[in-house]
Amino acid sequence: MKKLEVNVHHLTRVEGHGNIKVRVNDGKIEELRLEIVESPRFFESMLVGRYLDEVPHITARICGICALGHTTASVRAAENALGWKAPDEVMWLRRLLMDGETIASHILHVYFLVAPDFFKVGSVIPLAATHPDVVKRALRLKKGAYDMCDILVGRKIHPVSMTVGGFTHWPAKKDFILVREMLEALRPDLDDTVKLFAGIAPPALDSPAEYVGLRSEGDRYEFVHGRVTSTAGESVDEKDYGKLIAERTVAHSSARHVSTKHGPYAVGALARYKLNHDRLTPWAAEGAKRLGLSPDTTNPFHNNTAQIVECMQCVDDGVDMVDRLLAVKKPPVWAPLGRKAGEGAAAVEVPRGILFHHYETDANGRIVRANCIIPTGQNQANIESDLHRFVPALIDGGKDADEIRLSCEMLVRAYDPCISCSAHFLEVELV
Amino acid sequence: MSKPKIGVFSFASCEGCQLQILSIENELLDLLGRVEIVNFREAIDDKRNDYDIAFVEGSIVTETDAEEVREIRSHAGLLVTIGACAVTTGLNGMRNATERGTAWKRVYPDRELDPNVAPEVRRVSEVVKVDFEIPGCPIDRKELLYVVATLLQGQVPRLPTAPVCDECRRAGNPCLLDRGLYCFGSIARAGCEAICPSYGESCCGCRGLLEGAPIEELIEILGGKGYPREEVVVRLNQFNSRDEKVKALTEEQSRHRKEAAA
Repeated sequence: MKKLEVNVHHLTRVEGHGNIKVRVNDGKIEELRLEIVESPRFFESMLVGRYLDEVPHITARICGICALGHTTASVRAAENALGWKAPDEVMWLRRLLMDGETIASHILHVYFLVAPDFFKVGSVIPLAATHPDVVKRALRLKKGAYDMCDILVGRKIHPVSMTVGGFTHWPAKKDFILVREMLEALRPDLDDTVKLFAGIAPPALDSPAEYVGLRSEGDRYEFVHGRVTSTAGESVDEKDYGKLIAERTVAHSSARHVSTKHGPYAVGALARYKLNHDRLTPWAAEGAKRLGLSPDTTNPFHNNTAQIVECMQCVDDGVDMVDRLLAVKKPPVWAPLGRKAGEGAAAVEVPRGILFHHYETDANGRIVRANCIIPTGQNQANIESDLHRFVPALIDGGKDADEIRLSCEMLVRAYDPCISCSAHFLEVELV
Repeated sequence: MSKPKIGVFSFASCEGCQLQILSIENELLDLLGRVEIVNFREAIDDKRNDYDIAFVEGSIVTETDAEEVREIRSHAGLLVTIGACAVTTGLNGMRNATERGTAWKRVYPDRELDPNVAPEVRRVSEVVKVDFEIPGCPIDRKELLYVVATLLQGQVPRLPTAPVCDECRRAGNPCLLDRGLYCFGSIARAGCEAICPSYGESCCGCRGLLEGAPIEELIEILGGKGYPREEVVVRLNQFNSRDEKVKALTEEQSRHRKEAAA
């Protein structure tokens, strides 16, 4: 193939608006870009002057899918700025909520956004007619995960009671018991999910990368609190995240890219799995085995496989959290924390990868400076380097332009990009 | 009769209102049988241009957004805005407190201002005619189903116009003001079943403020609870910066600040 132009305008089945641009001439890639066309919302600017207790409710609205994750990162960064340490039971409830959000998001992604590619249809809607059991299973799984969060914090999309200093409403015992039942009810459907996806081979791509995510000092596969760790062997406290990753201005572009000292890196389910596979529960480890997932994989499409494994992990972890919460004798009573000048950062694993929130406040408890580093922004450069390896392999394999376009879309989707919240970290070309 | 065609479109937002549509699992498959969804980028590849009802989420923040929403309007029978971002600008309106060049530099310090970014964040109804508005951040799933069902029958839906306090009292909640916390329930539009105060959190007025809302009375009450006027105005701006009364209060604040500085 001498000349090829792939332009995917308004990439479908990702959150937000993205374009892929690939231009090949004489067998060489001349231009390759993943562009983001989301309308900028200026969150860091809007946060300046806001009271610290408002910030989690505002940052939840960065993303409808990761609202609980943004809220968790936000309350923890705010608490770090105030020098307040959350008691164990508050951290358990936060983790239970992140278990729910992770399952909900991964199911939405794997079934609604990725599966149509494997069934060779444009969306989940025709699947409802041809594979009703698959679609109904997906809806059941997603509903279970959403409903448990609704019960615990009032609403999964923009949680109500999750705030700086804990929870303004502590769920009743019967609510925890109900959530436990809901989690247990997900197991057979997740077993069937493993069965379905074990029979679907992801596209082949050998693209080694550095992976970054949380790894806790304890012995758990952690989402809410841990050390920022890289597969290159480095590990720092969350407040020192800037020593491991940096937002840089790159020579050929005026946009900010995020990289480690080694270059681009990947975050997300596959990163967490690679960093924490030794901590999977037996059921989740069995799932990984049945899906053929191995920690030394170099195929970015395995991110989807790791998402299924994480759903199983989160059910086991969630049940454990509920059991701990049921044993709490005196529920913590929320009271507003004081106001003072301070600075705090927090790192939380949201479904798409590690998320950083970082705030500075004045003596009245109002934000002076805010920064959020979002997973898709961290993945963008790595997606581009994958595409640089993928496109020549597809051309050598004799694929035509349509097949190449679809394959590129599938690769971008494998990262589960959530573009609505990542706009300002990516190269924004408003077209 | 052919099935009504529905389009769903998204501007600057978290896309949570679209997700609320996807979250109506039990009714979703039934609804899909009754309508044809013709443009729902988040879930479907097929893109066509004619709709009996166009649902629009998000605020208008760029000149391109404005052009696109005009285009949608020209292809739509009814245009229904969903969610705070579209209806009141919601949180996005907070950007208007800062001149766009300054806001831009805070987020993209090493780049020139993109001229496509509009001077002000706007509600959809400031750009095109809107036939019906579903407020809230996010929209309520039951309310959405009610509106869709009513519109499909060719009728006009009615949404509550009472204050959130009414629903909060009916829910049997203790008053947050009595606990010394701020709450906008007395001036904010109901219809949310007072979900925030029911979960111990202050109402921040995400569905918009009532016509003739007694804002001054509330500012006085909150003053007695230790919330200075300036703080109440800052908090009112969270969801309602585009409300005329909130705008006036905000301007008065900045005048006072300037006088104090002089």
